[in-house]
Amino acid sequence: MLDLTPKTVAERSALRINPCKTCQPVGAMYAALGVHRCMPHSHGSQGCCSYHRTVLSRHFKEPAIASSSSFTEGASVFGGCSNVNTAVKNIFDIYGPDIIAIHTTCLSETIGDDLNSYIMDMQIPEGKRVIHCNTPSYVGSHITGFTNMVNGFLNYYVDPNNKSASDKIAILPGWVNPGDNREMKLIAEQMGLEFIMFPDHSGVMDAPMTGSYQMYPDGGTTQAELKSLGGVKHLIAFGHIISTPTAELMQKKWKVPFNLLPLPVGVTFTDKYLMALQKLSKREVPHALEEQRGQLVDLMLDSHAYTSGKKVAIFGDPDIVLGLTSLVLEAGMVPKYVISGTPKDDFTVLVNKLLDEYHITGSTVKANADLFDLHQWIKNEPVDLLLGSTYGKQIAKAEDIPFVRAGFPVLDRYGGPLLPTVGYVGGIRMIEKITDAIMTRMERDYSDEDFEIVM
Amino acid sequence: MNKRQNMLDKYSARVYKNRKEHLIELEKAESADTISANTRAIPGVMTARGCCYAGCKGVVVGPLKDVCVITHGPIGCGFYSWGTRRNKAKLDNNSDGKNFIPYCFSTDMQESDIVFGGEKKLEKAIDEAMEIFKPTTIMICSTCPIGLIGDDVQAVARRAEEKYGIRAIGYSCEGYKGVSQSAGHHIANNGLMRYIIGTGDKEPETKFSVNILGEYNIGGDGWEEARILKRCGIEVVSIFTGDGSVEALSNSHLAQLNLVMCHRSINYIAEMMKTKYGIDWMKVNFIGVGATCQSLRDIAEYFNDPELKKRVDDVITDELNTISEDIAYYKSKLTGKTAGIFSGGSRSHHYQVLLEDFGVHTVIAGYEFAHRDDYEGREVIPSIKEDADNKNIEQLTVEPDETLFRESNYEGKVTIDDYEGMFHEMSKGDIVVDDYNHFETDELIKAFKPDMFFSGIKDKYSIQKAGFTSRQIHSYDYSGPYAGFNGAVNFGRDATMTLYANAWSLVTPPWKNEPMLIGKVG
Repeated sequence: MLDLTPKTVAERSALRINPCKTCQPVGAMYAALGVHRCMPHSHGSQGCCSYHRTVLSRHFKEPAIASSSSFTEGASVFGGCSNVNTAVKNIFDIYGPDIIAIHTTCLSETIGDDLNSYIMDMQIPEGKRVIHCNTPSYVGSHITGFTNMVNGFLNYYVDPNNKSASDKIAILPGWVNPGDNREMKLIAEQMGLEFIMFPDHSGVMDAPMTGSYQMYPDGGTTQAELKSLGGVKHLIAFGHIISTPTAELMQKKWKVPFNLLPLPVGVTFTDKYLMALQKLSKREVPHALEEQRGQLVDLMLDSHAYTSGKKVAIFGDPDIVLGLTSLVLEAGMVPKYVISGTPKDDFTVLVNKLLDEYHITGSTVKANADLFDLHQWIKNEPVDLLLGSTYGKQIAKAEDIPFVRAGFPVLDRYGGPLLPTVGYVGGIRMIEKITDAIMTRMERDYSDEDFEIVM
Repeated sequence: MNKRQNMLDKYSARVYKNRKEHLIELEKAESADTISANTRAIPGVMTARGCCYAGCKGVVVGPLKDVCVITHGPIGCGFYSWGTRRNKAKLDNNSDGKNFIPYCFSTDMQESDIVFGGEKKLEKAIDEAMEIFKPTTIMICSTCPIGLIGDDVQAVARRAEEKYGIRAIGYSCEGYKGVSQSAGHHIANNGLMRYIIGTGDKEPETKFSVNILGEYNIGGDGWEEARILKRCGIEVVSIFTGDGSVEALSNSHLAQLNLVMCHRSINYIAEMMKTKYGIDWMKVNFIGVGATCQSLRDIAEYFNDPELKKRVDDVITDELNTISEDIAYYKSKLTGKTAGIFSGGSRSHHYQVLLEDFGVHTVIAGYEFAHRDDYEGREVIPSIKEDADNKNIEQLTVEPDETLFRESNYEGKVTIDDYEGMFHEMSKGDIVVDDYNHFETDELIKAFKPDMFFSGIKDKYSIQKAGFTSRQIHSYDYSGPYAGFNGAVNFGRDATMTLYANAWSLVTPPWKNEPMLIGKVG
């Protein structure tokens, strides 16, 4: 596996090998799927839409609906105005969503299609909405596209005079699985807060089997909620990389005060979430949550002999990687390599700060990195565990390293998106997976005389 | 009013007018059934189609294991086509000790590359690839922005050839070209024909040599086919392109016969090799027990060698002996069921034959990107009208090679250089859909209630959620091979497994079938 990857690291500035990111539009598509009765629409060639739907379906094992402007060579020369007009008419006619959320592609961005003016001149049926955001694939990553679509919705929807949510807080979960959406919401409920989560993929990308297919499942942020988001009393935004632009937008435009928090993975980061909620609710943290926290800490102490000092490579999207780094540090592990493909230097600053807090030195932290980089470093100085998205499995096989899947995309396992990585419960789940992977490997390698029944 | 009409009536007038030509109920009357195909998808209908890049890089050139395929463009296209199609490959003597299949290479273009042009970055990327991997062949696949900003990937390829003494091919397969993946197949075919086929000089080692065209080794299909052919004493010179290598392809013109599996994606090469080298091609189908036997017998008949015929018969007898018990078992579980199949451009035909082996009739069949000849047979090709979209795809013209052209004198019984299309396999009343979309899939399933449906990942879960056995026929749901004798058993096992999955009986909670309140009357 990956037999052509040499140990010697050569400087690269042009050739991306085995990327640890993908392009903006899929992020926009995913964000839009977290809105109730919304059809994401890809303004570009058909292939973009097909690829994005495919990767989302493969990760969630769920339908991922979206439509395309189906550009041809003609549209690429003359502009995609008539394509998008036709598309919008057909989508409302045939699929009847309440909202069409258009994102652009490298094609429509390169030719300079102006969606603002196209939408202004569009004939939109009464009671329906068409919104858009720009997602040039050659800027940032899929994380950038997610943020852009979230901001696109806010710019189109928020009514500054709508005060219906003045008793509520808003929660921006960032790019997480539906299981995470549910856990974040559960915690906010337990803390006695009313909230609007946006976007919310629970009930959409984890829809139950009922025997009848619902094109628009019950979940997702509603239009009424979107309109009221400018009037919430407070915003909790998860993920410094994915949510900073949105938090700043909401503060600037609608004066919404915010807490920008790391994705609540592990004890400390979940604590931060609870503390922020507590300041708002002015309530004691309920016993149930304190109990879960205690269980997670208990688990970390119980199992620390198997995690302490173990070197781990973590890769994937910046905010989840930061959260996982915090979790493994709590478990006494050493994050040897921490990378993200998303080109954001804030990521390295945040991870390094965290490593400093634990007095970890000698780690390599890099944004805008790829899995080829990671593999070469591992060849030079190996690790005990890989933690990240599916594509890490190649390195895991090549170097015979235990591997725990987390983040996006996970294309080769089932059930993950239903369960949380965030919160104390998510922490328990991740520690179980990590120790299981490490201990299973120890057992594989033990000689018979060292093979223990009790560990 | 019939079910087809009912469904079409839900469309607006403009969409109706377009779609009614693409969604037909077979009449099988005196005048042949006809369908509209290979035309633009209607924006917004949720077509299943992909793009030209997907056809060129994803389908045809991506599976070549000894090639460093660099996607020139922003990161997405390269990322999505990385290890996601199950075109299996392993090292052999033909692949230069290198297997690039697990890798993804991209120029990951940034905004400045779009503004100032990406050729420099592409050249730098090639330099870096040469330094790290020293490939003998580099292929460059263009994504949408490349044609728009005017990067000349062919010129970059020429310069790389001069600089490094390697083979380098640039493909202008921007996503917006043509109307589907099909344009990309054609562009890829042209490149292979122009730069690779005919450049080798290694003669086949035995009397009966073939290439398998349009076999991408999904789930190991090509290996099962090669296994059977080898047993029969037939030499496989090259496979286009599953587990394929440039080196094998370069010698393919020296084989005696081309076997065509996926007619849609590779018929251009079959035709061009016929013109340039005089090699006959034969449409085969190794999907299905009966179909595999027939294809093997046709090949033996073509070579018209008594010893080969005997050997083929012996192999068939032996293989059937091995699988007959399994096939009979799965047939007992599947027989009498009905199916729907939506695939790219060939499998909907091939798998009908396999399903019939198990007593399953296909009532709905559709293609994403087929042309009329894939439905109606090649005899309609002269009557297919060119439109603006397909005129833009280069038609490579080849001439008979002065030294290598061999006149084909075949006048035997088996059909060569022809394909009679999918309709031929189907019955009156069956539904055929070209460029199927989400709405039609949904409606057809509701109307016809097939017991099992075979389609792609984008439809798989909506079909399953509606309560139907739903399996991916592009990726085989990560199983396979489905080709040949062993593949037929795998397929029967998998279809049976899903149809009879225990969890189906758990879908409705027990309380839905019980009265909520219990009380006494009176």
